[in-house]
Formats: sequence, structure tokens, C-alpha cells
Amino acid sequence: MEKKVRSHISQNEPLLFELSSPGKIGYQLPDLDVPAVDPEKALGAGQTRREIEDFPEVSEVDVIRHFTRLSTWNYGIDLGLFPLGSCTMKYNPRVNELVARTEGLAWIHPYQPESLSQGAMEIMAELERCLAEITGMDAVTLQPAAGAHGELTGVLLIRSLLESKGNPRRKIIVPDSAHGTNPATAMMAGYTVENLKSNDLGVVDPEALARAVDENTAALMVTNPNTVGVFEEEIVKVCEILHSKGALVYMDGANMNALVGISRPGDFGIDVMHLNLHKTFSTPHGGGGPGSGAVAAKKHLEPFLPGPRLARKGSQWTWNYDLPRSIGRVRAYYGNFGVLVRALAYIMAHGGPGLRRATMDAVLNANYIRRRLEAHYHLAYKSPCMHEVVFGDDHQAKRGVKTGDIAKRLIDYGFHPYTVSFPLIVHGALMIEPTETESKQEIDLFCDSLIAIAEEVERDPQMVLKAPHTTRTARVDEVSAARRPVVRWRREPAQSKAAD
Amino acid sequence: MYPENFHYTKEHEWVRVDAEVGVIGITDHAQKELGDIVYVDLPKVGTVAEQGKTLGSVESVKAVSDIYSPVSGEVVEINELLASAPEKLNEDPHGGAWLVKIKLSAPDEIKQLMSASDYQKYIGAE
Repeated sequence: MEKKVRSHISQNEPLLFELSSPGKIGYQLPDLDVPAVDPEKALGAGQTRREIEDFPEVSEVDVIRHFTRLSTWNYGIDLGLFPLGSCTMKYNPRVNELVARTEGLAWIHPYQPESLSQGAMEIMAELERCLAEITGMDAVTLQPAAGAHGELTGVLLIRSLLESKGNPRRKIIVPDSAHGTNPATAMMAGYTVENLKSNDLGVVDPEALARAVDENTAALMVTNPNTVGVFEEEIVKVCEILHSKGALVYMDGANMNALVGISRPGDFGIDVMHLNLHKTFSTPHGGGGPGSGAVAAKKHLEPFLPGPRLARKGSQWTWNYDLPRSIGRVRAYYGNFGVLVRALAYIMAHGGPGLRRATMDAVLNANYIRRRLEAHYHLAYKSPCMHEVVFGDDHQAKRGVKTGDIAKRLIDYGFHPYTVSFPLIVHGALMIEPTETESKQEIDLFCDSLIAIAEEVERDPQMVLKAPHTTRTARVDEVSAARRPVVRWRREPAQSKAAD
Repeated sequence: MYPENFHYTKEHEWVRVDAEVGVIGITDHAQKELGDIVYVDLPKVGTVAEQGKTLGSVESVKAVSDIYSPVSGEVVEINELLASAPEKLNEDPHGGAWLVKIKLSAPDEIKQLMSASDYQKYIGAE
């Protein structure tokens, strides 16, 4: 425990509503020097409110301290390893933030004339070119705002292509090792979903796939490497099975940080895929966005890409709206531009060899963790892992301790928990993704902690079951929160008195 | 533990046949594995279910899991109790917390399902 990275500040914080005291304000306005207007008369009856019920009245310092104190309860990548698997919580170099904040880029307006937007358009064109090269695809759209949005865009492209051939078909096959958004995407695009079970190696079984694919199959949505962190080694055969029946293959590229510079989806048979620029290409995404789910597609899907598309007119960039077969816009303007700037800055700073090195480091780090922990935790699959490694809680469950309990104990050691109970195909999953940015020291500290917890489980399981012991609240009542969520705070009369 | 007059699937659903109607639920093993159940999504009455296809889903604090229909036929009744009290599925999965009733369109399908003793062997081995 003495190696703990960070302890939590144990401090209770009232809500702003509870901090409120009548008449307190955080501003001062000069006296009104124009005639006062009655808002009811100016705006019409019923359009105004005299007061907002229970609006908190606080001073500036109250607000600053409240949010600063809350921020100290947070755990982020700037505090230590963030091992959430399937998420790629990597550290993103500050220099890319600096580039995105360059005045001319940060304050650009989408309604600015093309002649004054040439630099921004050049950035987008160059990024499209880089992403096409990295993925082995022919064309890229930067419009989708996030991964699942990219998936929907990609599947709509597939639908449009099949429709143009006379039949959009009915079903999309999704392996149980795919990302959870994939089945939802297929449904949103009007398809039914057929689940495909993985084999003992944790990958798609070509024979089972061949039995599932028929003339009603529009596509397979495959995540590669999949959610157990295993590369689909039969992917070429998998793509051939789909193509032989006139179906297409969509790849969820959320795990692309295991492939960049090593292997290109376009070369192994993928028709269309998305990239999470906010995972793989340097945009912090812990705060809920914005993201970018750029979609890369092969030639046969290019006519259907969302418009407008970048085009060359003489020496100038221009937006081409004349796209009769396009699925149309999928987002206002041209995508989340700031994310695109960071992505290009990251790609250009690394260059090809640097990107390849980052990929190799991500895979090396995951395999190092796998090797250090395999004597202490049950390894779900013997197949070599890529950028993330999945264990099961089988050994610890015999002592009554489950993956969620181990994760809670990890908080006491100063780390954010790994991904708990996912993927579902692994019983009691502990899913760990270190990313390429972690040093051996930090990874060793993390592994030492998990090994110490495994020993604690043998020695004193009750202590682990009651973890975390160092946080301001131990275990929250997740069950009641999910069954009867209370999403709006209301003042209770008794509580109000006590606060006064 | 596992009633003899039920038929079981590999996906941990059970069906009890009363004349031409099958009462469907999830097994005690399933509810234990899922943990505390917080939401149950059931099909509408009138939905035509197909054996082995998704019938609805069960959400626990851990995950959302599909329910696969053990038999084919039309949904004639759903258990309204589960909308307000999903925890019943943890308490009484083989009784009061049945999910739906289906009017069987292919009664022979139950021959493909497992008996109580086979199911117990199956979950022991899983």
C-alpha cells in the first residue's frame, strides 16, 4: 500500500442548492441608466418568470471552491494509468492541443467563404489522404461525430450500394466479440441482427459463419482486433465468405491502435470501416466528446459517401454538392474540426515509423501485463493478445470475490478500475488496456497492485469485499440507482432547515 | 431446484407447456449469473416469436442480455408485474416472475429442449 499513487481526498461536498443562502450574489451591476421596461409588456403575458424556484444563490468563491473540490475527486489520465479496456484511454500529447487552439483554426467559422477556408480544407484533405493510406481504403469522410455515428454512416453506405443493385437485403451478422454498439447500428439502419458465437480461440469461426451467411445477408460487422483483444486471423477467409454471397464486411475500427502501421483493413478484405480519431489519433475523450468517427470506404462505396465532398478546382479546394448517389449529410457542417486538426498533427508528428512504433508499444504493454498476471488471474483465451488483455475472475470467485470487488480494491491502490464484466463472453471479465503511453514503471506498479490484491483475496477475502477503504464513499447502491433512478434533486423541508 | 415439468434451453430459458400455451421464463442459474436485475424488456402481446430468436432482454447491474425464445408462436400475455418489480426475477424466476405466455405454433419444438436433469448437467459442465 505504501506505493500508492494517490489517495482520495475524503471530504463531503454539499450541492450548490444546499450552499445557497438568500441574497448572496456573485456579481455587481451598475445602476440602470435607461428607462426600465416591463418584461411582461415587452415579451407578452406568460412569456416571463418572476423567479426561478430554488435557484441557488451563491457567491463567486462558493462556486469556484465547489467545482474545484469536486474536481479533486476525479481520476484522469493525468493522474495515472487508466486501464479501461475497449476504451483506449491513452495520454494525448499537449502539443496537439496547442495546434488545435491556433487562433486561425480555433476561430474559423463554417460559413466563412471557401476562398478564406483553404487552409482548413487543406487540413481535411490531407487527413483524408493519411487515413485512407493507414486503412488501405480509397475514400474517407470526416463528417461522423463519433464511433457509433461512423458505424451508422458505414452501414447506410452498404444499404445504399445493395439498394442500387436492387435489394438492400435483411440481416447483418454480428459476432458476440464485437463492440456493443454494432447490433444497435444495424437495427438503426433497418436490419435485423443475427448473433454469431465465437469459437474456443475467441474469434469468428469461418465454418459457423459460412452456415449463417445467405442471400439475405447484407453484411458482417466485425471488430478487429475484437473485444477480447484477439486478432481475427481468419479475416481474409471471413471476408471471402461474405463477398462470395454478394454481402459486404464492415469493420469497427475502435481498436485500430493495435493495427496502425502494421496491417491495413483494406488489404485484408474490409469494404468499409470507421476510425475513432478520439481514441487512436490523439483527442482526449474521457469528458464525453467531441469525438470523430471518420469512415473509410473502398471505391465501390465512394459514390454514396455523405456530402459535400472536398474537390479540387484549379489550385483551390471547393465543396462539391453534386453527389446524386450520396446518402446525404450525416452532420451539420464538416465534422468536429478541432478533433481533425489534432489527428493530423498527431499523424504528421509521428510519421509512418512513429505510428508503427506506437502500435507495437501498445501491443507489447498488453502482452507484458498478460505475462505478469497470468499466474495470478485466469487467462480467458490462450490466443496471443493485441492491445488489450482479458482475464476472468475464476480463481478469486472460489473465495467469493468477483471482478467488481477486485476493481473496487484497485481504487485503494490509486488506480482507476479496468473494464468490469465485459466482454460478456468471458465469465467475470477483467479487461485491461494499458495503451502505448504507459511506462514500464507505471505498468509494474499496476501489476504489483493486482498481484497484491490476488494475495489479499487468499488471505482476507472479507477485506477485499468491503473495498474501497480510502474513498469518501465506499460502495454505492447501484441496484437501487438503476431500478429507481432519482434524476432530479428536490429540497426536503427537514433537510432545508438542517442546512440553515 | 429445477422443476421436472419444465423444458430448458442452452441460453438458460425455461418453458412450461399448459395445453397449447407455453409459459416462458429464465432459469435460477441465469438470474444468479446476471446478478441484480434492474429492467426487463418484453415483447408486445401479438408479437410472433421464433424459436432461438430474440424475444426481449434482461438488464442487470452488470449487463444487458438477450432472452431467446425457447418456442415459436404468438405472444398472448406478458407479465406486467416485471415492469414495476424487476427484482422479482431474482426472487422467483421459476414461479411468479415468468416472462411471457406464447401460443405454440410448433409444439414439437419442445422435443429439442433439455430436461431438468440434462439442464443441471449442462450448467454443471458449463
